[in-house]
Amino acid sequence: MEFKDNEAIYLQIAGYVSELILRGKWPPDSKIPSVRELAGDLQVNPNTVMRTYELLQSQEVVYNKRGIGFFVAPAAVAQVQAARRERFLNQELPEVFGTMLLLGIELPEVQRRYEEFKTTQPQPLSSPVSR
Amino acid sequence: MVRIRNLHFGYSRKRPLFQNLSLTLERGHIYGLLGKNGAGKSTLLKNIVGLAFPDGGTCEVLGQPAARRLPAVLADLFFLPEEIYVPAVTAAKFAEQTAGFYPKFDHEALAHYLGEFEVPAQALLTALSFGQQKKFMIAFALAANTSLLVMDEPTNGLDIPSKAQFRKIVATALTEERCLIISTHQVRDLESLIDTVVVLHGQRIVLNADLGELAERLAFATVPEASGTDLYAEESVRGAQVIRANHGDGAGRVDLELLFNALVGEAPALVSYLSQKQPVHEPAL
Repeated sequence: MEFKDNEAIYLQIAGYVSELILRGKWPPDSKIPSVRELAGDLQVNPNTVMRTYELLQSQEVVYNKRGIGFFVAPAAVAQVQAARRERFLNQELPEVFGTMLLLGIELPEVQRRYEEFKTTQPQPLSSPVSR
Repeated sequence: MVRIRNLHFGYSRKRPLFQNLSLTLERGHIYGLLGKNGAGKSTLLKNIVGLAFPDGGTCEVLGQPAARRLPAVLADLFFLPEEIYVPAVTAAKFAEQTAGFYPKFDHEALAHYLGEFEVPAQALLTALSFGQQKKFMIAFALAANTSLLVMDEPTNGLDIPSKAQFRKIVATALTEERCLIISTHQVRDLESLIDTVVVLHGQRIVLNADLGELAERLAFATVPEASGTDLYAEESVRGAQVIRANHGDGAGRVDLELLFNALVGEAPALVSYLSQKQPVHEPAL
């Protein structure tokens, strides 16, 4: 996994895990990799992954069965979507707006391109928050 | 695990390498030891494993003075030096002859690590390339399963895929019982692997801090122009790279290279900001 320079690694891993859940690769109530397995796969410190899992647990995206491991929460998709929506609307979108303003790009142009973009997607996206 | 207090050491009296150096290392962490060439990283590691003796102060490992080299301590510690020596035997033979010194040695783990590293178990160690020899010794060191594992520049001589395999293996080898110390000057090789950074500079430890906590206290950014309130600033082609106090804007990513440059450049604002609180793993005496 390539890490970006400007965000803490544990947050980037949280984004990665959330994405796998959104895409249905890790369905509700399925067991997710142990801290050590994921640390090995991503080549990061296990304490970092532990921090990610604790964060996701506090967001009710995963839950911990003592002695067994971490599982995807039943309502994880909704939780992740809500968090991703918040983040997109409050952080990513203002950055896009800033660039639009700087370059003098107006909404109709974006709208037209967005409609075009949607037709190029292989399947209709089930969730409004996929990247 | 490791407790060093007021260590004095020098190879000659005129040029002391460490003066009043104190450092505490705990189980459950991977420490990255950073320092400039000649700062004494290897010498500090040698003091920890009992290969160099303090001129003054104490250096204890597992509750015992390292210099006493008690068998019970040596059985629970492994030191992988930067320059390695391998005898003219096969990997399998070496393991058979040497594993006995390490009561917790895990033969299954060794086979697994050698597989990951693609090192043949049946070839003479002396016939392997330097990188292959180094990977064998890293695999052996990790399989020894000691509480304390000290590795001096382990990624030197490894090719790019081997560095990735190294990170993967070390990430899975850490347990709550183990303490790993890795010295490096290749910060980029290890920055996602270590959880605590230790910086050796000017004869003492100038930083021993958890990366997560550093990320909460410091903000790293590239800005068009440095400002007077920055703790440290460095010019680059993209603008000024700066270190600032983080005022609750969430945790970003610690730029270890920039932090290291600031500390060895003795940036006074940064040093005084960081010393406002005791370094994380250094209990007040």
